[in-house]
Amino acid sequence: MRNYFIAAGIAAASVGAALAVGAVMLQMLGANPIDGYHTMFSAAFGSAEGLAATAVKAIPLMLVGVGICIAFRANVVNIGGEGQMVLGGLFATMVALAIPEAPAVVLLPLVLLAGILGGAFWGAIPGALKAHFNVSEILSTIMLNIVAVQLMNFLLRGPLIDPGEIERGTRIPQTARLPEGADMPMLSESLNLHAGILVALVAAVGAWVLLWRTGLGFRLRSVGLNPAAARYAGIPVKRNIIIAMTLSGAMSGLAGAILVFGSESHRMVTDGSTVGFTGSAGFNGIVVALFGALHPLWTIPSSFLFGGMLVGANSLQRVAQVPSALVIALNGLIVVFVVSTEWHRKRLQSQAPAHAQSPDDVDQISNEQGSQST
Amino acid sequence: MSDILTTTVIIATIASGIRLATPFLLASLGEAIGQRSGVLNLGVDGVMLLGAFASYYVVLETENIWLGVLTGILTGLVMGLFYAIITVPLRAEQGVSGIGIYLFGLGMSDLLFQKLVGTPLPIDQFDEWHVPVLSEIPYVGEMFFQHTPMVYIAFLLVPVVAIIINRTTFGLSVRAVGESPESADTLGVSVARVRFATIMAGNALAGLAGAALAIELGIFQQNLTNAMGFIAIALVYFGAWRAPGVMAGSLLFGMVGAIVLQAKTLGLIPRSASDIAAMAPAIITILALVIVANRFRQPAALTKPYVRGD
Repeated sequence: MRNYFIAAGIAAASVGAALAVGAVMLQMLGANPIDGYHTMFSAAFGSAEGLAATAVKAIPLMLVGVGICIAFRANVVNIGGEGQMVLGGLFATMVALAIPEAPAVVLLPLVLLAGILGGAFWGAIPGALKAHFNVSEILSTIMLNIVAVQLMNFLLRGPLIDPGEIERGTRIPQTARLPEGADMPMLSESLNLHAGILVALVAAVGAWVLLWRTGLGFRLRSVGLNPAAARYAGIPVKRNIIIAMTLSGAMSGLAGAILVFGSESHRMVTDGSTVGFTGSAGFNGIVVALFGALHPLWTIPSSFLFGGMLVGANSLQRVAQVPSALVIALNGLIVVFVVSTEWHRKRLQSQAPAHAQSPDDVDQISNEQGSQST
Repeated sequence: MSDILTTTVIIATIASGIRLATPFLLASLGEAIGQRSGVLNLGVDGVMLLGAFASYYVVLETENIWLGVLTGILTGLVMGLFYAIITVPLRAEQGVSGIGIYLFGLGMSDLLFQKLVGTPLPIDQFDEWHVPVLSEIPYVGEMFFQHTPMVYIAFLLVPVVAIIINRTTFGLSVRAVGESPESADTLGVSVARVRFATIMAGNALAGLAGAALAIELGIFQQNLTNAMGFIAIALVYFGAWRAPGVMAGSLLFGMVGAIVLQAKTLGLIPRSASDIAAMAPAIITILALVIVANRFRQPAALTKPYVRGD
């Protein structure tokens, strides 16, 4: 138990270290660090409007993060969240453009489903390549990110472009205003908060149930902890790798769809890069999941924290002229600090070297993990 | 008449392909060195961005291009030291910590650019340097020997890296540490020292790649590399961890890029079709990965931190 507290302390310290570096950076950028952090915190959490903005920013982070939890638990490193988000957005956009007249009750579930399918498809490819051809999923997902962005540029500059852009000759690569039936329903018009947050919360709880309350979840985690032992126990390892990647991709795809239909312009737009569409959520979701100890439920507060940082950074840019890119750099540092301390944290928690997991540990760990995450 | 025109266009395209391949080549050679010692660095793109900004800024302020190149290398060395500390003594998971480095580089380079420069002012670029005699050869000279210094440096590094890895004692240590750190350790090779050296050298090349890109383009902007660093990582697998293979992969990406550009300029293909063509290298790389994964073995200790007595 004492070790567990030390381990939690190390996790907190790694975030503290990132914030301390952030404070130094703020100072160097000519802003008072305490005022800076105060500005960020009150902008993100200090008012109803701020909280709503934070929640909206948290949606893609939460969904991608939950997907990362599923993949990483099965020991599959999904770096393809960016591409999977793009595919989700594209599939959903195409469905909405194909049946614009459909009533909202039909159209909204359909576009979300299309987003899920687009992301799942883009996740299943690296899953299958890893399972059957032994291709590192890290590389194939990176390549598929690049393919996805080119596909998006092609579709938004060509087949899916707003006809008005061609008439006017401006040719901005974006779709027309998508059918209103597919708009994410507003929870509060005045706060600009849409129902995507509910979808994300349901997904997070669903992923927790899946991972710790179902046979499939047990198999995924077994494959992640010790593939050799899992195979010995009769669990089809290859199939579970593909399932993990597919589910992970599905979550990112859903995030992409919600990003399109919850946007203020209600269009899908590209600036030529993935970052332009996703705001790096495909990568930041990894930060969120790691910070939430790869636990879907802890991913919820974690995504609010990082969503809040994005909102806070925007306000810092307005108030103190500190570019909001600061937060991306800080997120990077948080990842670095968290994973740098992970090995030592695990060792403290288990009192045995983290890499020396005997097959016997699998059952024991799976029993424990309902209450405590490693 | 049209024959002459065609020849000119083909020669120009090949020359531009070689130019476009240069940043890929520098970055992927660096990544290959690290991977041969068993360390995966996913942060290349971030280091490239930092190197690109640092060299851009120095050239903008001092108008000294070589000083800019040097700054790019130094930036890479500093990031390399950082990454080496994270991965060697602290044993961080390499796939994920590299993403952290990428995000740091992406954010930090943008932050510094907005704060220190703001608007994308153009900087001085290298003049072409025509290799004496060789550049006079018809066709061949124009394709291969009328480039900027960065191009020559990158391609000369291919044999240099190959010789260091395959023919020197240090290279032997690198390969030993990448294949079997336990044996290397038993034989008195310091795993940590070798990995510090390879990581720092690899990151220095990533910084240099960023510098080459910024100076070639003469500008800096947010996310200048647009995932080039990630492609460079895949090219290492594409080239099966060997310097000539890495060069072939870089040339593939460079050539496809040049052909697409040329076709667009000549109006041979509509703009939208060029997006489709731009997918080709990534798809070819995925197919190559399938072949490489089954034909070539990656360094056995890749991504595995070394713990003595494990």
